[in-house]
Amino acid sequence: MSAAAAVSSTVRVDALTRRFDSFVAVDAISFEIRAGEIWGFLGPNGAGKSTTIRMLCGVLAPTSGSAEVLGYDVGRDPEDVKLRIGYMPQGSSLWDDLSVEEHLRFYCGMFDIYGPGEKRAVDRWMERLDLKKRRSQLAGTLSGGYRKRLALACTLLHDPKMIFLDEPTSGVDPLSRREFWDIIVGLAEEGTTVLVTTHYLDEAEHCNELALIYGGKIIARGTPENLKHAPGGGETIEIVSEHNVAILDAVESLPFVRSAGLYGSALHITVAHKEDAAQLKAAVSRLGISIASLEPVTPSLEDVFADLVRTP
Amino acid sequence: MPAAIAASAVTRRFGEIVAIERLSLEVEGGEIFAIVGPDGAGKTTLMRLICGALALDEGTLLVDGIDVRRQAWRVQAAIGYMPQRFSLYPDLSVMENLRFYGNIFGVPRLEFAKRAQELLNDFALAPFTRRLADELSGGMKQKLALACTLIHSPTTILLDEPTAGVDPVSRREFWRILYRISAGGTTIFVSTPYMDEAERAHRVAFITHGAILSLGSPADLKAHLAGEVVEITTQQRPKARRALRDEPSVRSIEIFGEALHALVPSAANAIPAIEARLRDAGVTDAVLRVIPPSLEDTFVARLSS
Ligand SMILES: Nc1ncnc2c1ncn2[C@@H]1O[C@H](COP(=O)(O)OP(=O)(O)OP(=O)(O)O)[C@@H](O)[C@H]1O
Ligand SMILES: [Mg+2]
Repeated sequence: MSAAAAVSSTVRVDALTRRFDSFVAVDAISFEIRAGEIWGFLGPNGAGKSTTIRMLCGVLAPTSGSAEVLGYDVGRDPEDVKLRIGYMPQGSSLWDDLSVEEHLRFYCGMFDIYGPGEKRAVDRWMERLDLKKRRSQLAGTLSGGYRKRLALACTLLHDPKMIFLDEPTSGVDPLSRREFWDIIVGLAEEGTTVLVTTHYLDEAEHCNELALIYGGKIIARGTPENLKHAPGGGETIEIVSEHNVAILDAVESLPFVRSAGLYGSALHITVAHKEDAAQLKAAVSRLGISIASLEPVTPSLEDVFADLVRTP
Repeated sequence: MPAAIAASAVTRRFGEIVAIERLSLEVEGGEIFAIVGPDGAGKTTLMRLICGALALDEGTLLVDGIDVRRQAWRVQAAIGYMPQRFSLYPDLSVMENLRFYGNIFGVPRLEFAKRAQELLNDFALAPFTRRLADELSGGMKQKLALACTLIHSPTTILLDEPTAGVDPVSRREFWRILYRISAGGTTIFVSTPYMDEAERAHRVAFITHGAILSLGSPADLKAHLAGEVVEITTQQRPKARRALRDEPSVRSIEIFGEALHALVPSAANAIPAIEARLRDAGVTDAVLRVIPPSLEDTFVARLSS
């Protein structure tokens, strides 16, 4: 067994920091990711997710602190890290006028995979990600879902033990998103460690472990279940009414309302205590707006997220 | 008053591919109208036809009663269009980008200052007015693009997946803004891959292969779902899903956040069969209940049938 395979933590981050001039984008964060985990990285826009990922992938130098990925220090040995991990950056990393197969061959070259090994890798990942039929199609003409599959295939050719996926499903339709997650879960079951970011919080339910970053600091961690039932998490009330927006306008600035927002066709309101829930009910009935139902629910991850980001 | 957007038998081809095929729809003034559909369904092509960026092959298309083919320039002055890949100037700051779009649309100075402040606050971009667009995070760029589209307070806006990459809290804020401007009479035509967003629109059209598959209010669309939805809550979702994949009384089985949703023709028949399958597979913690379908259930059902 190699030295790298013997470590049970695939990623070890210690007080990792990155500044841009005087602005601190990532502020002394520390965490570990165990082998085989699907580790979800959540947070508002500009929180520091991509900056952290770029440091862990060896493409952006940390300002201070350290991080070890697959046993290599990202500050000292960024090239070793880059060769051993897979990185799917946010946004598009494809060339519109190269075909599916040309992309895969190009990336084989980057990872020194030549000859029979190249053919094997290209065929294997085209097959697995259902890209065979589209092998000669130009990337620019692929639909959003297939572009993401191709970008993923490009990161997997060298069989990395750890992959970093930065918003892999952004802008992808619901069916394709599901298929994409089947692939991610399959890879993790085979032992690949996955760090993934997403703004679709229903997807975060697939993760073994979640971390929420805000203003460059990690403000919450745990399994999806833990986060939803964390002490101090408050009570979430769901209101169903034809007049959601009017109710929202009326209740959101009430002193005991911690966070409130539209949730699909319903309204979710988080308050600190059970007693506040009773107050809320009274306040809503005073509005004289007809409602179909008002009851406590288990908060969704979106409610938890909104609540934490408002009251850090 | 003419419809804000009236499309009748609109067709557009690219070579042999028919991107939009005899598509008709009417959007009322002040309405929030969402289009959803799989990747490649023709959503972007439709938007580009409406704003006159692309010529139609057949059919007619009127915006506020004005023919897009004859008077494209008048249409363009009335609408704001935010394409999927909006061009921000990477070496201009947040404020400079806003000013640039304000100038293009001739927004008067005083009005600009007020409007820019409002949008920057609403989108939580106010602390970053001097940062270069190139140095913004992915989601912040998207929010700035939205602000640029709204700077001249257009009467109709076309938004092509405006919230892709935008964080959940900002998406909530963004929809509040949409409600506010729609209440003020602005028409909003928006495409989205998020079904919970489509759920917030007044009316929704599902499109595939360039044609409308169904159209109506979210409540109508859900009411017309053939069948029922059984929610299965379990900690062993992948295992439960595998066990139910080829159960004949289940039409489709999908993971929805922390639960599984089984679409079934009849819940009364399916529930005992599902329970038996789960028991055989060793899934012991499952809790089953019949739930009202979400728009996403309806969408998945329409597409997988
Ligand atoms: N090259 C740079 N120069 C200056 N500031 C930068 C640079 N790159 C990133 N930043 C800033 O660092 C902060 C964190 O950005 P980052 O891209 O990591 O956010 P994120 O969490 O990935 O957000 P999103 O969800 O929008 O993708 C932001 O305020 C961003 O503007
Ligand atoms: Mg990012």
